[in-house]
Amino acid sequence: MTGINYSERIPNNVDLSGDRALQRALEQWQPNFLGWWREMGPDGSQDFDVYLRTAVSVEPQGWAHFDYVKMPDYRWGIFLNPREEGRRIHFGEHLGEEAWQDVPGEHRANLRRIIVTQGDTEPASVEQQRHLGLTAPSLYDLRNLFQVNVEEGRHLWAMVYLLHRYFGRDGREEAEALLERRSGDVDNPRILGAFNERTPDWLSFFMFTYFTDRDGKFQLSALAESGFDPLARTTKFMLTEEAHHMFVGESGVSRVLQRTCEVMNQLGTDDPARIRAAGAIDLPTVQRYLNFHYSVTIDLFGADQSSNAATFYSSGLKGRFEEGKRTDDHRLAGDTYRVLEIRDGRLAEKEVPMLNALNEVLRDDFIRDSVGGVQRWNRVMDKAGIPFRLSVPHKAFNRQIGTLANLHVTPEGEAVSEAQWEARRHEWLASPEDRAFVASLMGRVAEPGRFAGWIAPPAVGINRQPVDFEYVRFN
Amino acid sequence: MDTAPDTTALRQHLIDPEICIRCNTCESTCPIGAITHDDRNYVVRADVCDLCMACVPPCPTGAIDNWRTVPRHAAYPVEEQLLWDELPPEQPPEAMATRGPDGPDAAADTRAITDESAFGTTTGRPAVARFNVADHASTVPPWSAAHPYVNLYGPGNPTLATVAGNVRVTDAGTESDTHHVVLDFGTLPFPVLEGQSIGIVPPGQDALGRPHHARQYSVASPRNGERPGYNNVSLTVKRVTIDHDGRPVRGVCSNYVCDLRVGDVVQVIGPFGASFLMPNHPRSNLVMICTGTGAAPMRAMTEWRRRLRTSGKFEGGQLMLFFGARTERELPYFGPLMKLPKDFIDVNLALSRESGQPRRYVQDLMRERASDLARLLASPDTFVYVCGLKSMEEGVVDTLRDVAGQGGLDWATLGPALRREGRLHIETY
Repeated sequence: MTGINYSERIPNNVDLSGDRALQRALEQWQPNFLGWWREMGPDGSQDFDVYLRTAVSVEPQGWAHFDYVKMPDYRWGIFLNPREEGRRIHFGEHLGEEAWQDVPGEHRANLRRIIVTQGDTEPASVEQQRHLGLTAPSLYDLRNLFQVNVEEGRHLWAMVYLLHRYFGRDGREEAEALLERRSGDVDNPRILGAFNERTPDWLSFFMFTYFTDRDGKFQLSALAESGFDPLARTTKFMLTEEAHHMFVGESGVSRVLQRTCEVMNQLGTDDPARIRAAGAIDLPTVQRYLNFHYSVTIDLFGADQSSNAATFYSSGLKGRFEEGKRTDDHRLAGDTYRVLEIRDGRLAEKEVPMLNALNEVLRDDFIRDSVGGVQRWNRVMDKAGIPFRLSVPHKAFNRQIGTLANLHVTPEGEAVSEAQWEARRHEWLASPEDRAFVASLMGRVAEPGRFAGWIAPPAVGINRQPVDFEYVRFN
Repeated sequence: MDTAPDTTALRQHLIDPEICIRCNTCESTCPIGAITHDDRNYVVRADVCDLCMACVPPCPTGAIDNWRTVPRHAAYPVEEQLLWDELPPEQPPEAMATRGPDGPDAAADTRAITDESAFGTTTGRPAVARFNVADHASTVPPWSAAHPYVNLYGPGNPTLATVAGNVRVTDAGTESDTHHVVLDFGTLPFPVLEGQSIGIVPPGQDALGRPHHARQYSVASPRNGERPGYNNVSLTVKRVTIDHDGRPVRGVCSNYVCDLRVGDVVQVIGPFGASFLMPNHPRSNLVMICTGTGAAPMRAMTEWRRRLRTSGKFEGGQLMLFFGARTERELPYFGPLMKLPKDFIDVNLALSRESGQPRRYVQDLMRERASDLARLLASPDTFVYVCGLKSMEEGVVDTLRDVAGQGGLDWATLGPALRREGRLHIETY
């Protein structure tokens, strides 16, 4: 692999060729990344020509360059938002100090942990989604899946760059480990729970990109406030790519709903059995998928009371969502926040120091944002005149992490006994039968402009291309 | 006969609330804070937005790319947009500014005017209501196009070129002052194809103290250089002295470029454009329709075909050119054009202000040549290129439709085929 001009092969705006040691380190990592991509990236798709968006710079004109690309040839680059001169830390104990251009020794371990945890989710989701290409409902959707996959790969590069550039040998070892863990592997799993779940079908994929990539948005937004300037600039640019992933999820679910509503109106029925017989996904099943992905995703924000969260904030490593737009003192020493606990068999609120509850603060911001999109999904049913409404379940429903872990709480927020929970869990969470039904609908549709029967076409194509554009060429 | 253009028309930038996912990318990208949101919708302030288009490529959904032509005094206020569940329908045509190529300053058919508008708007967007050029124009190149390089240099990392020549190509004494400017890149890579454009960054700052943004110009030279084998390109630039509405204005970039001297160094970005490209297969035909400095890409394509022909190694198809200007003396490249062999290119000049002659526009000539034009349109090897003022789009497409109809071709089939097969390219400003 010698002789490659990396300043060309790895598009970057970090003057990679000016730092020989770093360049060599990434040269050694790149073949391992490509090896991982071939082994764990999209299954059987490495030779397709895919109409992909490639970032070639952080300028508006430069980061949405569209062309046919074979995925292994995608130009995974390293992009940081431009440095803002005189940027200052705007929260925590270092408030008002100049932002760090290097890692302060006392925060090294925590920063590395934050970056590794974020970085680990990126290859994990590629692994979770690697078989979906075989059952894509259209070329348009197949292309969107691959776009999501290559951009998750680029996000891995972004985190690996930080590890290599700022964390020396430890960082290089962590970068290798990112390629060695495997989603769902018993012996060497990915770090976070939701990233070891399967993404077996396209409804799961859309729910994942809607909810779980939105977790990504909130985590990245919090890191974009960081006092460690290279991390803030890296994550700011990653956010622009994350938007596409949430679009895939939001519009994907919306199109599923649209198709189901059409079928319901054609047949004049809301009987799930008849809707399923007509090849569409009944609305209660969509709700059960939603309940699952929502609850698994809000676990990703961590324990509702966490001293680590307090440390990350106070030491200026990780801010809150839109920290700069908030009007409090940005130190939060005397502030409190309400979290849930179970008291006398019921859910009740209690006040705790806000610094310890920052995971919960971010989770609540996420919840507000998610609910907005669910309301937009409901407009699809409104428009079709169908009196069914999707909703997000209660925050305490089906939780595995924090105070609420392993309680038995209904989607409405009512605590119930374990026996009641077990008896009714498949009213609330997709059952094996539900999943088997959805799986039975999955099959690749590969003709331009054609869509599987369980999903409506999108309103517009990608990059102003028509919907029947040949987004993927199989060769 | 035209009257003064409707100066109150506004192409208002809107976001489609049915498609938007509220990702906030546009708001964070907008350099001047024109985009805002509430719990429901993301919206654009019409009085702030300067159509710089920075928000358009980053939008993951396409919701950002919506436009309505409205009377300026009746632009949709933010308060109203925030309540929308869907975009309002198009305004009736009477509400729109309509100015045909026969307007009072048809001779100003030049890239010049765009030159002073915001950078991205030269890409054919925004589309106006009623007639939507995106319904007709290809977004894909011809199947035999060469692969273009795009965006090698952006506003953050412009490259440098040295002026190797600057001559006036319209007669002195005429109103339009159009220059043929040659830029040499020396040893720096800047590969371009005929039909692509480049951006020039004028030095200095605007009234608000911000650096000037780049202006886009089509290259007028073929792929192997203005001078074959040299790393240079030529541009056709008209000095802007009036704006779209006929008011006096001094175009920042066009005046800068027209006044350049040999040896001056300019900042260049690009190349841009991946669909307005020429076919390269033997016996492929070109139909070129242009006005004013819209001739630049046509000159580039014609010259490439001429060089191939001279080499004797390429069997070109037919070339048919419809070219409009006010007078012969204001036609850029009139002299060299007239020297091209008749069996190489079929040249049709439309002059709208030649004394002693009736006014003629490119559409008139296309109708006169309907039978020959229809015969070419019927061939899958024919590729059509339109470049000039935005106002010519609709008239030219209408004329193509009529010509096809007279030739017994079904436009309902042919139109979509031209678009799908990369056979109808429209670039206006």
